[in-house]
Parts: sequence; C-alpha cells; structure tokens
Amino acid sequence: MMLIPCPHCGPRAQAEFVYERTLDSVVALDAGADDAMNSLFTRTNPRGVDEELWRHTYGCRAWMAVRRHRVTHEIESVQPVGPEALP
Amino acid sequence: MTGPSRSPDGATINFTFDGRPLKARAGDTLAAALLANGIGLVGRSFKYHRPRGIMTAGIEEPNALVTVGEGGRAEPNTRATDVFVYEGLVARSQNRWPSLSFDLGAVFGLFSKALPAGFYYKTFFGPAKLWLVYEWFIRRAAGLGNAPQEADPDRYSQRAAFCDVLVVGGGPAGLQAAVDAADAGKRVILVEQDAELGGSLLRDPHDLGPDWTSTMAARIRDAGGTILMRTTASGYWEHDLVTLVQRITEPGQVPTDGTAQRLWHVRAGKVILATGCIERPIAFAHNDRPGVMLSQAVRTYVRRFGVLPGKRVVIATNNDDAYLTAQTLSDAGAEVVAILDARSALSATASEAQGRFTVHTNAVPKAATGGMHQLKSVKATVSAQDVSYDADLLAVSGGFTPVTHLHMQAGGTLDFSDEAQAFVAAECRQNVETIGSAANPPAALPLALHGDPKTSFVDFQNDVSIADIDLAWAEGYRSVEHLKRYTTLGMATDQGKTSNMAALARLAERQHASIPDAGLTTFRPPYTPVTMGLLAGRNHRDAGAHVRRLALWNQHQAAKPIWQPAGYWMRPRAFPRNGEDLATSARREAQTVRSAVGMTDVSSLAKFEVSGPDAAKFLEMICATSVAKLAIGRGRYTFMLREDGLVFDDGTVWRLDENRYLLTSSTGGADRMATHISYVRQVLHPELRVSAVNVQEHYAGIAVAGPLAKAALSAMIGTEPPRHMSLASATLAGVPVLLLGASYSGERAFEIYVEATHGAPVWAACETALAERGGCTYGLEAMEILRIEKGHVVVSGEVDGRLSPHDLGLAGMLNKAGGYVGEAGLSRPALAAPGRLQLVGLESLGGPIPEGSMLTLEKGVGAQGHVTAAAYRVMSGDPIALALLTDGRSRTGEELIASSPTRNQYVRVRVTAPHFYDPAGERYRD
Ligand SMILES: [Zn+2]
Repeated sequence: MMLIPCPHCGPRAQAEFVYERTLDSVVALDAGADDAMNSLFTRTNPRGVDEELWRHTYGCRAWMAVRRHRVTHEIESVQPVGPEALP
Repeated sequence: MTGPSRSPDGATINFTFDGRPLKARAGDTLAAALLANGIGLVGRSFKYHRPRGIMTAGIEEPNALVTVGEGGRAEPNTRATDVFVYEGLVARSQNRWPSLSFDLGAVFGLFSKALPAGFYYKTFFGPAKLWLVYEWFIRRAAGLGNAPQEADPDRYSQRAAFCDVLVVGGGPAGLQAAVDAADAGKRVILVEQDAELGGSLLRDPHDLGPDWTSTMAARIRDAGGTILMRTTASGYWEHDLVTLVQRITEPGQVPTDGTAQRLWHVRAGKVILATGCIERPIAFAHNDRPGVMLSQAVRTYVRRFGVLPGKRVVIATNNDDAYLTAQTLSDAGAEVVAILDARSALSATASEAQGRFTVHTNAVPKAATGGMHQLKSVKATVSAQDVSYDADLLAVSGGFTPVTHLHMQAGGTLDFSDEAQAFVAAECRQNVETIGSAANPPAALPLALHGDPKTSFVDFQNDVSIADIDLAWAEGYRSVEHLKRYTTLGMATDQGKTSNMAALARLAERQHASIPDAGLTTFRPPYTPVTMGLLAGRNHRDAGAHVRRLALWNQHQAAKPIWQPAGYWMRPRAFPRNGEDLATSARREAQTVRSAVGMTDVSSLAKFEVSGPDAAKFLEMICATSVAKLAIGRGRYTFMLREDGLVFDDGTVWRLDENRYLLTSSTGGADRMATHISYVRQVLHPELRVSAVNVQEHYAGIAVAGPLAKAALSAMIGTEPPRHMSLASATLAGVPVLLLGASYSGERAFEIYVEATHGAPVWAACETALAERGGCTYGLEAMEILRIEKGHVVVSGEVDGRLSPHDLGLAGMLNKAGGYVGEAGLSRPALAAPGRLQLVGLESLGGPIPEGSMLTLEKGVGAQGHVTAAAYRVMSGDPIALALLTDGRSRTGEELIASSPTRNQYVRVRVTAPHFYDPAGERYRD
C-alpha cells in the first residue's frame, strides 16, 4: 500500500484515496468527438511515469494530480486540483 | 525413530494425535512432541498418498501437515513444526482414508503413473466424459486438509503502527541490529515468528553466554522498542509497508480474550531483514520417507527440544555445517554410521572430523528404504562404488537458501553466489537491508541427482519429482514460469521454500545454462499461509457491508415490513397485512395507489443542492437536458450521460430560487453521481462560481401518490398543494417542509422533503390522513409494478450503462445548445446506426412474462433482446413487461417469444409502446 502525500493532509495511506483516472483521459467539454474518444479509449498506458488523478475520498475529499511511476510506485510529485489551485 | 528418545520427566502437557492421548513438554512444537513419542508417520502426500514424516524444524516444513483444533476453530494444513503444544491440543493427520497407517490411496500404487506432470492440463483437453470419471477419483484422492464447516468463533483484530526501524528475525544478527538501532534512539519493532528469540543460537553451540538473548531483548524494550513474538512478516508492500501476522494463540487454541490473531500494518522508515537461511534437501530415490530429515532440523530437535530423532544416523552433505550435526548426535549418544560428503576433497572441518567419524568424499545418497514409520537403510554411491548402511535416520544438507522473500516482494534483485550455490539479496528500490546469514549463506557444492528420478522428490508438498521436471522439459516447457505451472512445482502452501533451488538446478542442467540464467519465479506475499479470518478482521457478518438506515427506519420497523437492500440502504419492499405474502401485499398496495392514495419512503434518493451565480451553467454540464429556462418554483425530469455519450443516471432538477437548485437522482447511483459532480466541479471547471453540496441524508423524503393525494395533502397543509412539476414550501404537522409536485407512479403525486431529524411527525401525519381516505403505505415492490405500468425507466434496470438517450426514447429532451458531459461521445456514428437495442413494452399472449428472459423469433433461435422488468397491469392483472429490443420502436405489433430455457418457460408476447398507463399524462392534471 502506497504512502501518498496529500497536498492538504500530508502523507496518508493509499487506503484513504481513490484512483480516478489518468490526466490524459480527462475530456474537455468542448472536445471534438475524435479527441474525446482518443482520450477515453486509446491512451498511452506507459511502463513508467504517468500523470494520474487521485482523490482523498476518505480524508479531505480533494482531487490531486499525482506523477507516479507505474512499476516502482515512486511518486514524483503531487499537485492540488480544483478552485483553490487556480492561479 | 523407534520410541521415546528422552525421559518422560517434565512431560506434563496432554494432547492427542488421531485420537491417541500423548504427553508433551512445555515449549515443544507439535513435531518435537510427536518425535519424542516415537511417531514417525505424520501425514500422507498430496497426490500419491506416500507416507510422510517430519523433515524440518521450521515454517518451511512441506510434509508434516496436520489439522489442529476442532469445530470452527479447526485449522487445516498446519505445519506440525510451527505449532507449539498446549493443554488439550487436538491434532489429526490429513489426506488418509480410512486411517493413516492403512491408506487405500497408497494401496493404489498406480497413482504415480496416473497423475504425471501436467495431468490436469492433459485431462482437460481429453474427452469431457473421461473427466467426469477422473473427477470423482481426484476429489477423493488428491488434496490436503479440509476446510472447517462451522463458522470461526474467534475474533481477529487489525492494527496500524509506525517505526523507524523494523527488524525481521530475532536471531543473533536481528537482535544486534535492533539493539544498535534502539541505542541510536530509533523507534524499533522486532518481529520473530518463533515462540523463542535466538534463532540459530537455540540450535548451535555459541560463546555469547547463556543470558545474551534475554539481555539483548531487555535492552530493546528498555529503549522503548517493541518485540512481537510468534509474529511473521508476511508481506512487503509499497513505500516500506510491511504486514505482520501475530499469533496471539496457537492454531486451534481457545483465545483467552477472544482474539486469536492480529494483523499489523507497519509503515517503517527502514526494514532490516535478518531472516536467515532455509536448508535444502538432496534429491535421491525415496528422499521423502519418514526418517529423512534436514541436518539442522536434527540439531534443533536434539539441542533445543532434547529429542533424538534417530539412533543410527547417516549424514549426507555438500557443506561443512552438517559436521556440527554429527558432533551433536554423537554427544547425545547416537551412532553416526557415516558422513557422506559430496565434495571431492576434505575441507578443514571434514579433516578435523575424520578422526571421530567415518567420512567419505565423493559420496552421495542414492536411495532410502524403510517401512511406513521409520528408515531401515541408506544406499549410497561412494567413489563410484555402491554401499549400503543400516540406519534409522538420514540427515541431509544440500546447502542453504537465504530467505529473500521480503526483499523480493519489496522489488529487489538477486545475485547468484557460486560459492553458496544460492541467490542472495542485491539491490532494492525500497529502504531494506539484508544482514546475517541471509546475506552470507555458508558455502556449498552443486549437487546432481543420484538415483531413480521417479521417486526423487523436489517439491514434497505437491509430489513433484525430478522425473516430472524432466517430463515437462521433454514436452517443451522451457521457461521456469511454465515449468512451475505445468508441474505445480512451488505452488503448494509452502510455496516451494525447500524445493525451488533443486528444481531450478535441474532446469538449468537441461538448458545447459547457469542457474541464474534459468530464471526465477516471482515472490509473492504472504510468506507463510494466512488464515482468511485475519484478512477479514472485523469486516464480516453484518460489518461486511455498511448498512445505512433510513431516517424513518423506526417508523417502518413498527409496521414489520419485508426489507430489501437498495444500494447501501435497507428499504421496505412491502408492508404485508394479515399474513399476506409479498406478491399479495405488493398488489394490494399498488391498487390502493391507483384507486385511492399511497405513501412511501423516498429518502434514499440522491439529492444535491447547487447554488451560486454559475449554478445553471454547471447543471447544464451535468444534465443532458436544458436547465437554464426553468422558471423559479418549477421542476423538470432530467438524465445524465457519461463521457462516452451513454445514459448513466436520471432524476429531476428543481429551481428553488434565482441561483439555487435541487438535483435528485437514483438511490443506487448516489455515490457515483456525487463523484461525477465533484469531478466536473473540481477538475473540468474549477473556475465556476458554484457550490454543489450533497444533501442526500439531510432530508427524509415521503412520496404521496394517488387520485386522493392532492386532497390528503391539502388537508394536512391547509392550503393548495403545488401543481405537477411545481414546488412549494409549507408547514406540515408543525414542521417546515418542501413539497415537490412529482410522480413516479403515474398518479398525481407529491414528494415531501423534511429535515431528516424531523421526519417522524410528518410520516405519522401522512399515515393518519391517508388512513381516513382508504390509503396505505407501499414498498419498493409496488413502486416497481407501478413504474413498469407507467413505462418509467430505472437505473440498473433499463438504464444499464449501454444505452444512448435515443435508445431509451429520450433523444427529444437533449439540450440542443449542447455543452453537457457526453455530447462529444454521443456524436459517434455507431450510436445512431441501426441494430441497437431500444426500449419497448411487451404484452403477454400467454402467462406471466419471465423476468430476464431472452426475446427470440422462434423457440430457441434468433435472439432479439431481453426483458428488463416484468409485472402486470395493476388493476386487471394482465402480464406486461419492459424490454430492450433490437430496433424495437419500429416493431410495434410484432410477436416474439420470451424465452427462459433455464426455467423452461416460453411465453408469446406482442411488442407495444413502453407506456401501458395514461400515456398522455392526464392523471397529473388537477
Ligand atoms: Zn487530504
């Protein structure tokens, strides 16, 4: 079980989080049909670092973008997502 | 092993083995106690029912598996070497019939021919009829212990812990490392799977003094460290999380405080593995017989437990360590008949021993012979000459395999040590270090096979011999991963702890490759078997899934309803009166709604309050229907799409105020909808000025439906209730309520929302008002019949995640301005192509329509779709159904067969529109 550094709560056990999806599978509301389907169904799935959306569902409930190595589970960085993270 | 080898003094603990009362000393393992009682035959092997005894003195034991304990507390496949005796212990041998000594499975000596490597695969490819014959035979013959039938009466707890240094293994290296860390001010946890600290010190002579172990333990505890005994580090997970299995009681023992075991999740700053080595057996004919034992195990039984497992002993080795066993046996009064050393030249240790023992170089065992309970002789090859020895014990040492399981689970790599002929821990991406003999195993020579491959066992627990490995090779299995699965090598409960290296050596020999090039299989948790109850912990029985109780649960319970799970909720399914069954009660309830008035609890519907200047804009992203033009005080049916354009939920949206809306959706999809709303808010459009709050449990909801609903509600609130799809605030039973003019049943109906804690008086007032008008409460079953007749879809029924709005007949409601989630996905041409399932109604031309049945053109041919929900017309009882039918909307009037072959039901049906009741919605009008 991984240890994920929540930007709001600090390092917490993976059991408190829910993996939601990869960042490249986020479909903008104004995306064209082809782009949307590519994002949903033909993603890269790298054997290495990927950017993922996680949610601290059993904690602060915030969303976050996690850069994680999919083989070693090394977490390179975690960025907050949402209104508070806007510039 | 001809009888008790130690004096019975001090044997005060009573236990039984296969019903035989026996005595043991405190501190004995079951294996030690059995040996002390002269018991050599402990179990029967998995496939061939060969007699098996005790081979090891540790958790790696492949042979001596027994069932310990009784009733729901019985634990099958317990290693006799890994259970410490306690008063009243009950142990039974396994896989024997009718008895351990006389076993019919073994009488069929044909087993070894009938069950070769890959047997299961070959059989599955054979004629199916043959499998039916084999199956009875295999289920009867092959196997280990039986799972208990009764529920486990014990508790299992779970605990989380944190430390700077976790030390695995309480031998000399582990104790020293733990003391060093504790002295340096670190928080230390030391775990030891044995009941005693000391590791090799319990077995081998040493000069650390008698109190060294206890002194070290005290230093750890005094510095605030924790020592967990009978605790196995069973899994190494990401980011230095280690799971520990702590036995609070022994297998089968009654726990003093109810808790049998505890599962620890330990997040460690650093993990030190002082896990030692496992001694390897040697391959020769009948090397699985009772009386063939690992050399260090012999030492353990003599020095730690005071049990002499044999009186005339042959020792076979490829290393120096076994010479210590010779000395130990000799000191204890046994006769060491010969030491067979596989090495060609005498080592310093061997030369030194030559004066006291008969030592042969170039000497290897070839076969063991003996009876069921004990060994008779050892045949060997000594410098190419055949020799035979009379012996009752053969102590073998084929070298030492470091315990690298946790290192490998942590993502480590291994180096091959030519000197030790073993893999040792190398790099690891996690913060883990291996020390002690696990890092520096003793030197040993490579060993080849001498003897008949058919009875030279490698994996004792799964009965895999050298011949099986050769057969797999001959049949083309080259990779170690294939070899493992084809032969089942290393797949038993011991996970090949004693067998993997020997098998790998044989495979490498076949490949003409070095052992490291032959490859390794994956090390997976758990290190030793873990009982299921421990993993479940408290999450069993009612705690397996959380039950959410409705705010009005007490009110319902007083009426003794039939309950039904709906999502995480328990909801009333029907409110039977006077001994009615479910169907009768539901029909009465539904007819009351059609003819008078009914009330039901709708509290569990998903509810979201959406507010802010961008509330309408936000709702038009979530909902696929238009929201912006909704007037204040009005509501509308809506549905939601996934990004791929398919419908995933539906509900209603209500405008409470200028910038304030209430959105409802299905009970079962409530959590999914909450996540979806949060996703759109937080990830897709964080810049919106909107707040979306989940108010599902803030309100209790009561639906009042029927031709008399309006009159009943008017009487309760003293004013005119809202029109259909309008809302109003009111006071009911002195409580402020929100009234929605909404209908699911097809009748004029209202949803009354009240703060959950104030639901009781409102429910009571409704019950009284309805009773005066011949009304009643109704449950989910009546609601289902009513909505089917009305043609309303339900999430998880018709809305099954595969249908577009067009398929469901909802395309006309789509927001033409677009901008909603799923718009792009919906534009895929395939969603508009012919041949898709569409929602239709069915009328029966025969009896009741079987729910879930296929729709076919003729009996048994031409599948066209399926029935999603079946019911009957509420008043007349004529069977009807909703169904998904290929191109269904253009097939009205067509006749099909609703086919359920498993129930042998075939009913002729006619396709209709999916509205059987008031299709124009005239009953909603006031
Ligand atoms: Zn958090």
